[in-house]
Amino acid sequence: MKEILRIFTELFIDNAFVMSFLLVGIISLFSNFVSAKITRGKIHTSAIAIFIGLILAYVGGKMTGGSKGLSDVSIFAGIGILGSSSLRDFTIVATSFGAKLSEIKKCGVVGIVSLLTGVILTYIIGALISVAFGYTDAASVATIAAGTVTFVVGPVTGAAVGASSTVIAISIAAGVFKSIAVMLVTPLIAKKIGLTTPGAAMVFGGIMGTTSGVSAGLAATDPKLVPYGAMTSTFYTGLGCLLCPSVLYSLTRLFLG
Amino acid sequence: MIYGVALLAGCMFVGSFIGNLLGLLTGLGSDIGGVGFAMLLLLILTNSKKFSKIMPEGYVKGLNFWKEMFIPVVIAMSASQNVISALDGGILALVSGLGVVVVGFLLIPVFNKFTSKTAVDEEKTEAE
Repeated sequence: MKEILRIFTELFIDNAFVMSFLLVGIISLFSNFVSAKITRGKIHTSAIAIFIGLILAYVGGKMTGGSKGLSDVSIFAGIGILGSSSLRDFTIVATSFGAKLSEIKKCGVVGIVSLLTGVILTYIIGALISVAFGYTDAASVATIAAGTVTFVVGPVTGAAVGASSTVIAISIAAGVFKSIAVMLVTPLIAKKIGLTTPGAAMVFGGIMGTTSGVSAGLAATDPKLVPYGAMTSTFYTGLGCLLCPSVLYSLTRLFLG
Repeated sequence: MIYGVALLAGCMFVGSFIGNLLGLLTGLGSDIGGVGFAMLLLLILTNSKKFSKIMPEGYVKGLNFWKEMFIPVVIAMSASQNVISALDGGILALVSGLGVVVVGFLLIPVFNKFTSKTAVDEEKTEAE
């Protein structure tokens, strides 16, 4: 018995990438069952699968103490390859195939305005909340605010303005929370906020930013909307990295004296 | 099929190159919107009639395969998130992370007044 288990473990470790296809397939199949039978189709299969993914990431993190969720467990290492930012970007580019160029042109200006509003407003709210929690030095406030922009902008800003590692960790956590919340909440309220058209998806991508959250949230809402939201959201992190450590940080310093 | 996959890879590298170049020029040293540029490039190419004549038949299959693989990749991505650190970041991280999401969702209907109301499905029938 022990030997058989060892063979399986070795097979999974040696073929990590192939293993990830099997595992994601099983998660999807189970989610499909839950979606159809338990929620009677009310909650989309992908939304359930993403939620299960997050739970597994928690379990994996607890088991190993690592930072990459389930993929830190050796037999599931392939999940880290399948879910890497490289493959994420590769498949996001693929989603643009079939999208309409005319639709994107129509929303060009609104898209840009939503991007600017998204980054600046998010930063302001993030800054206000961190002040409310007792942070008064500009570097910390700016870093946490930048973290609420996305979990990439947080550490980039933190490094630029010289924030402490605790503050940088908080900023990453804030960004991860944002991304997870967008993933889970979007499919539930999409209809209520009118997130049903390509134009609305572009605005959504511009306001929320987090590429993982936006793309996963839209995938669970209506896969046809993914390219439009993903398109604007990919510029969000860049814009955040541009504005947060420079203009927005300077303004924060001005305000906090 | 491989032509479509290779095209995709090519677009991604060109896009990331532009993004990195922008990063270099602005002094940020990171990729600014590289994926966005790659998406635009793929859109422009596949929308051009001339281009689809040049491409060997069947390249569409390669694009469609990876388009479908997007959701499984997202599931794998969510399973590799640092959920523990999000929970460790404590209440400040939670409140600020969720706070900006709530405001974002409230803003979307406001912006929606300025966007086109065409639904994806209508668009499709129009195109066909």
